[in-house]
Formats: sequence, structure tokens, C-alpha cells
Amino acid sequence: MRQLLKASVFKKLLRPTLGSPSLLSRHSSHFTFYPDTVPESQGETVRLNLFQSINNALDTALATDNSALIFGEDVGFGGVFRCTIGLQDKYGKDRVFNTPLCEQGIAGFAIGVAVGGATAIAEMQFADYIFPAFDQIVNEAAKYRYRSGNLFDCGKLTFRAPCGAVGHGALYHSQSPEAYFAHTPGLKIVVPRGPIKAKGLLLSCIRDQNPCIFLEPKVLYRSAVEMVPTRDYIMPLSSADILAEGDDVTLVGWGTQVHVLREVAELAQQQLNVTCEVIDLVTILPWDQQTVFNSVKKTGRLLIAHEAPVTNGFGAEIAAAVQSECFLHLEAPVERVCGFDTPFPHIFEPFYLPDKWRCLSAVKKLINY
Amino acid sequence: MAAAARISWLTGKLARKHLFSCLQTNSVKLISSRASSSALVEEQPNFPGSRSKWTEKLDFVQPDLYDGIPVYRVMDRNGNVIDPASDPKLDEEMVVKMYQRMTLLNTMDRIMYESQRQGRISFYMTNYGEEGTHIGSAAALDDGDLVFGQYREAGVLMWRGFPLDRFMNQCYGNEGDRGKGRQMPIHYGSTEHNFVTISSPLATQMPQAVGCAYAFKRAQNGNCVICYFGEGTSSEGDAHAAFNFSATLECPVIFFCRNNGYAISTPTSEQYRGDGVAARGPAYGIATIRVDGNDVFAVYNVTKAARHITITENRPVLIEAMTYRIGHHSTSDDSSAYRSVDEVRHWDSTQHPIARLRAYMVTQGWWDEAKEKQWKDECKRQVMQSFARAERRQKPSWREMFTDVYDTMPSHIKEQYEYMLAHVEEYEDHYPVKNFVKEH
Repeated sequence: MRQLLKASVFKKLLRPTLGSPSLLSRHSSHFTFYPDTVPESQGETVRLNLFQSINNALDTALATDNSALIFGEDVGFGGVFRCTIGLQDKYGKDRVFNTPLCEQGIAGFAIGVAVGGATAIAEMQFADYIFPAFDQIVNEAAKYRYRSGNLFDCGKLTFRAPCGAVGHGALYHSQSPEAYFAHTPGLKIVVPRGPIKAKGLLLSCIRDQNPCIFLEPKVLYRSAVEMVPTRDYIMPLSSADILAEGDDVTLVGWGTQVHVLREVAELAQQQLNVTCEVIDLVTILPWDQQTVFNSVKKTGRLLIAHEAPVTNGFGAEIAAAVQSECFLHLEAPVERVCGFDTPFPHIFEPFYLPDKWRCLSAVKKLINY
Repeated sequence: MAAAARISWLTGKLARKHLFSCLQTNSVKLISSRASSSALVEEQPNFPGSRSKWTEKLDFVQPDLYDGIPVYRVMDRNGNVIDPASDPKLDEEMVVKMYQRMTLLNTMDRIMYESQRQGRISFYMTNYGEEGTHIGSAAALDDGDLVFGQYREAGVLMWRGFPLDRFMNQCYGNEGDRGKGRQMPIHYGSTEHNFVTISSPLATQMPQAVGCAYAFKRAQNGNCVICYFGEGTSSEGDAHAAFNFSATLECPVIFFCRNNGYAISTPTSEQYRGDGVAARGPAYGIATIRVDGNDVFAVYNVTKAARHITITENRPVLIEAMTYRIGHHSTSDDSSAYRSVDEVRHWDSTQHPIARLRAYMVTQGWWDEAKEKQWKDECKRQVMQSFARAERRQKPSWREMFTDVYDTMPSHIKEQYEYMLAHVEEYEDHYPVKNFVKEH
């Protein structure tokens, strides 16, 4: 009888058998994280995951700019993803504070803060919920400087939002909305691939004199860990990174997808004896056309991959620009491996994502064209 | 299988036993605490969301519970001060300035409306009937208080000394327009006059005004923010957002609603069903007042009082100024399609803000027929001359189409600009190049 009361016994009863569907799909991820490293010349580093490096960047922003404010839903206690943990205690409730639950209000308020001369760092709890703020972002923030003849601007404004697939997010906790905003001149859109880039890029966005949208791939918050420089540093926007050099195929992606593509490059080398040039676009708008064009002119083959649905996703813009600029260099049509033209599904996520097998298959197609 | 079944039955039995004993313990605790605590715990609800009283009476709060928030006034419809204690007793210079700015605005409106009709400018919006809301409120503010307007607040700029030339330049979109010809007419803006550039989307300025007020509060610059909007605009989601944020974040912002009876063709009976916009203020936790918008002194008084609250207490105030839109919504509108000419004529001839102020000035001995004629002629002369100057000027260099999208021009826009330079050079005859300042 006493045996039955042990907690370990209950646990054994509850544990699913190995290989059962629920265990596999809930715990396996579609990518392997490839950490960046920095040379020793960058100084002291500390082991941080993505939400910690973002927290560090926000801490640095508030420490170096007395006007900087952080606000949004639930940021006070640390935020639903812990990105703002400890900041209210450190900087006070007048600088780090909760707003009512209203994205259009957060966006409008943020614009006003910037117009009033303070630095606004506004959080949207999920990128999926940024749409009530679309009018303020597109019709107001993006156009403030232009429409006023540069009399007024809201340059000191950054929106942050968690985006992308997380394994179980479904329709409303997985979206990548970059394409909607990329269609709006006046905005800057940035997507980090890891903690080191995130800190530098976020600080760049906060200090940039244009309204920026910083999309943080939420699946990387805990799983992406790197040795991040402790010092205050920025990284250039609109400058794509070549992460692996190659001669046969150019692979372009951003955020989580960069890690998928890095693995695809390895598989292509092993299985097809093909070298791939892997490019992290880093900034969606304005995007670094030159780096992509130079690479495609070298390889003649381009694969663009993103989680957002294929039709009118940002891959379409890159493909159109590449075929216009690099037409005679192309050995094959530009391939896009993306989410399907469906809302982001729950249980079908493994089938939805532009995973390494779909990407590898596309590389084969490019090579064999 | 049987063993598993037996195990689960036993588990259930144990769980139920545990639960029961917990309940017994807790109920004993409850009883003992009840006996020992004060009667107060029993009498008031203690929900985190509200601590109002209990009731056992099932009563809905009906919308017609009360008569509606009353309309504050100083003057009667004919311009006579009712209660001398409420007369702000502004000096002659100030009152004459108020009158002159209202009439100058009125004159500019008549001429600019006509100029659109003649095809000289593309679009215009008049301020007929609402001059009192502009001048009364602007006069009560500090010049450093930042204004977020909707589009029918030209009198605020007029009060602050925005020159006629700059009004005209913006409407003509000529090289004198500091907005660089980017927007339709009446989308004025000025840093020197602390008037944020107007944008067409409605209510977007409202949460922005709140954010700006928050920044001002932190900067402790001694200024407040005023946000003008119409009663139609108050239906937008951004208005709700602004009210709620202003109260929860404790912002020094004055919300000034111009309730002029119409949102283009939509009368207030189709815009809201409650007691106007003012009734919403207290629901958000905002100090609120309703005022006769056509009574310049009443508007002045409430704005002054509102400003004091925002500055000293860092909280928002809502003013609903009742008025009437005498003119059409814009040059694209013919309001005879949805309202009677008689109704318009009534408001043009009675309780008009300009007429009432004139009556007051005449009573004080500060104005007469001769001064009226002289000033009317002067207004017309000033406006006509400014108008002629603006019409003669060239448009800005068309290259300005490509600047100010960002703080600096990114390469992709630069490429588009260079493409267009070459294109216009080749097809010059097909573009109105001679109207635009030539850059070399």
C-alpha cells in the first residue's frame, strides 16, 4: 500500500511510452541552433539566451538615455517572455510600466512619446496582435516625417514583438507579419537570429532616428544561447550577414530560418557535394540588396525561405528584385520555400514549416535544373 | 489491467479522503474567522475590480437616468454676460484680438473656399461657426502647450500668430510650404507655433497626444498638451484608447471635443446614443465639463481651469464644446443634401460666436460700426494680398518627393530618384516641370 503513495510511482503511471505521438511532436524542434561567436577583441562576454540579451539591451538603453521608456502589456513584472525582468525595479514605474490592454493605444501613445521628445520602446505581446496598431504604425508613424516636411518625426520609437513558430502556437501565437509592414516606406524592420545580434540590433533600432519594428523569434528566447559581449555595442541595420560562403547556391533567410538554412548547407555539402552561401538578411526594410545580388551573381541559384505564407511574403520581393538585377546570371528560377497559403495550423505545424527537408529538396531542384 | 484499475480506485479514494479533510479544516477556519472579524468584511464587496456597495435590488442603470451634463455658459445668446462673476474680465486689447482673429479666420475661409471653387486650390475646409472654440481655448493656453488637432482648428494657429502667408502656402503647396507640398490643403503644421502637423486619419492624434503629455510630465517642462477632435471622431477606437491611457497613466492632457452636430452627413443621433461625449469622461476616470462652444468667454474659462488641473495634478480633462458646423464638411460636400437650409440659416444668425463677442465689445464701448467697416476692409485686403503672393509662387523642387521618408535617404530610394531624374529629363515635355523650382 505504501508503495502506491510514492510520487515516483505516479510519475511512471503518467509517463507516455517512448515513441508515442504526443511525446515526439511536443518536444522535438525543426531546427538546430548555430551559435555565433565573437573574437576576444570584443572584450568580456557572458552566457546569455535571447530573452536575457534583449533584457540586457533594454537595460543598457535605459541606463544611457534618461528619456527612454518601456511600456506595453505586462512589462512591469517582467513580461510574458521575461524580456523586461528586473527593469521596473531598477528604473522605476514611471519609466517601465504596464499599459491597458490595447495595441492601438500602445502604438499611438508610443508615437506621442517620441514626438514629445522621449525615447519610446513599446512592446506588442505577440506579433499576431499587432494588427489593431496597423493604422497607427502605417498611417502615422511611418509617415510622420514625410508628411510634415520634416517639421515633426517619431524617430525615437521602436516596437518589439515576439514572432514566429514556437511548436504549438497555432494561428495566433506563431505569425511572422514582416511582409505587411515591408510594404510601408518609412519603417525599418529587423529580425535577429541570436542573442549577440539581438543586443546590437535592438540598441541600433532604439537609437535609430526612424520608427523601427524589432521582431523577436520567440522559439529562440530560451533555446538560443551565446557568449554575448557585456559592453554597450550596436550593429548596423540594412547590412546582411554572410554566415557561410559557397559557390553553388545562395540561401537567404532571417530569424529562426537562418539556422534551418545553415543545416541545409551542411546536408547539401554532405549529400550533394554542393557548397551553399548562407545569408541572414537581418533587416527586412530597407533590405541589403547588394549583398544578395553579389551572391546570386556568383552562384546563379537562389533559395529564399521564410515561415510566413508564400504568396506575397517577403521572398516575393527578393525574387522580383533578383530576377530584375541578376537575370543573366541565373542558372535556375528563384526558389521560395515558405509557409503554405493557409493560416498557421496547430497540430499540423511539422507539415507547415519550411523545414530542412523541403529546403534540401529545393536545393536539389536548383542544382538539377 | 486489473491491478491498474485497483490502483486508480485506491488513488481516487485517497484523494477524496484528503479533499474532505481539507474542506473540514477550511470550513472550521472560515467559521472561526467570521466570528472574530468586524462587520465591515461582510458589508462591502472586496473584488479587485470594484469596491462599490452591495445591493439586493435588481435595477439596471438606464441611459436616461439623469438629464445630461449641463452646458456651462457666461453669455446669453445675444452676448450679455449673465453672471458677472463668471466674466473673465479680459482687457480690451485681448478681447479685440480675439474678435479680430475670429473675423480674419472667417475672411480667409470665405476667400479660400471660393478659390477652390475656381480651381485655384484643390481642396478646402472652412471653420464657420466654430471660431469661438478655437480662439476661446487657444487664448487660455500657454504658447508652449503642444496642440494635436483634427482638421478644423485653424483658429488656434491664427491666435498663435501663424501668418496668412503660411496658411496660403500650405494650401497652394508652393515652395513656401514648410510641409514641402506633401499633403492636401489645410494640413497645417508648425514647430514655432507648437501645432503638430495635421493628418487625415481621424482620432489617431488622440493617443499620440496622451503619449506626448506623458513625455512632458517626465520632462517637467510646465506645459500640457491639448487634443482637439470632433464628436464623430470620438466614436473611433483610438478615442477610447486615448481616454483610458490618459487616466491610467496620469497624463496632463486636455481633450477638447468640438461637438458641431455633424460628421459629414451623419447627425449626432446616428453617432451616439448616450449623453454625448462628455458622459464618457467620468466612466474613464476623467474630470469632465460641457460648455457652450459659441461663447468665447465660457470656452476661455473652462480651458483655463482645465489647464490648471492638468498642470498641477497631472491628470486629464475632457471638455465637450457644443457648437454648430455652419459650413459644409469640405469643398467636396454639399450639406443641403442632408440638412435644411433653414437650420443652417438659424445658426448663422443666432448665437454666433462672432456676433456675441461683438455685442459684448459694443457694450464695453470697445467697438462700433466704423471700426467694424475698417477692420472688415483690412481683413479682406490682408487676405487678398497674401493669396496673390501664394498663387504666384512656384511649387517646390519635385525632387522633394523622395526626401524625408527616413532621416537619411537609403540606397533603394536613391536609385528610384536617379531613375526618375533620367526619365524626366527624357520626357520633360510631359511633366509640369516649369511650375516647380528647378534644381541644378
